[in-house]
Amino acid sequence: MKNEWPLWEIFIRGQHGMSHRHVGSLHAPDAEMAIKNARDVYTRRNEGVSIWVVEANHIAASSPSDKGPLYEPSESKVYRHPTFFDIPDEVGAM
Amino acid sequence: MAAPLTDNEALFQFLLRMGDNTLILGHRVSEWCGHAPVLEEDIALANTALDLIGQTQMWLGLAGEVQGEGKSADDLAFLRDVWDFRNLLLVEVPNEDFGRTLMRQFLFDAWHSIQLGHLMKSSDDRIAAIAAKTSKEVTYHLERSADTVVGLGDGTAQSHDFMQTALDYLWPYVGEMFTSDAVDAAMVKAGVAPDPASLRADYDVLIKRVLTEATLTIPDSDFAHKGGRTGAMHTEHLGHLLTHMQWLQRAYPGASW
Repeated sequence: MKNEWPLWEIFIRGQHGMSHRHVGSLHAPDAEMAIKNARDVYTRRNEGVSIWVVEANHIAASSPSDKGPLYEPSESKVYRHPTFFDIPDEVGAM
Repeated sequence: MAAPLTDNEALFQFLLRMGDNTLILGHRVSEWCGHAPVLEEDIALANTALDLIGQTQMWLGLAGEVQGEGKSADDLAFLRDVWDFRNLLLVEVPNEDFGRTLMRQFLFDAWHSIQLGHLMKSSDDRIAAIAAKTSKEVTYHLERSADTVVGLGDGTAQSHDFMQTALDYLWPYVGEMFTSDAVDAAMVKAGVAPDPASLRADYDVLIKRVLTEATLTIPDSDFAHKGGRTGAMHTEHLGHLLTHMQWLQRAYPGASW
């Protein structure tokens, strides 16, 4: 629809988190209003300390049909998980 | 002739004016809940309404204390009749359409933010504390309503017309914010609140900047409807609003949940 506001993807950094996390999407006429709408829609229960907005059509996504070539090769490569090392106790939780 | 106001009576009237503004505007804005043109605005308006009603609890709560008759904020909100309300006429006019609702919000937010800025320096610590707490919410209200007024005013030809019509309709309700009476004189003398007239210059600068950016024309008229903040005369709309807002407490006195 021509008169529809563009769709924005919303990322919020929580009070205790280190990185912004995708929380959903909303419509807004521009980036500034998208941040304001995100503030009103997604942070009204004190969920965040920072907001990122990205217009949805600027996000490039991998294609579901490429699932095989993209992800299957890593299924058989358990040695990529660092689970074969003995971690000294002094290191603590990792 | 009526006896002169005592300081306490003047303070009570002042607090009713603050609390009734936020109560009646909060109720008006809440009427959009579930009806706004888009989901995002619906939630934003509901947030604003809730902020205003939260602020009402502080203002009318303090008013009840000052009055000293054991009345709570709820008592004052739900059990007074129309002639006891002290809100500006501006906040009781019907929503009409989204454009008028946002224009009314902007015209009020601009005054509200300036007023709270002064009240943060009030000689009354309780008032300064409420002003400090609520000014953060109001700063955001003003940002949002100003942005929306600019977005719609400088939007399509149709949205521009809606906003100009709204401004023309609401303009005669702006002047009342800057009228003074004996209550204001007592507040100024006690260092509690500024003289309303003294806020006009800052207000004009603020709204002129936003309305110019919104490509809207401020009507060339000083005519002002008055009577809301003194209680002398409200519009016919306030009584209708109260029948909705107070219905439950009137039909089931003392009901609680």
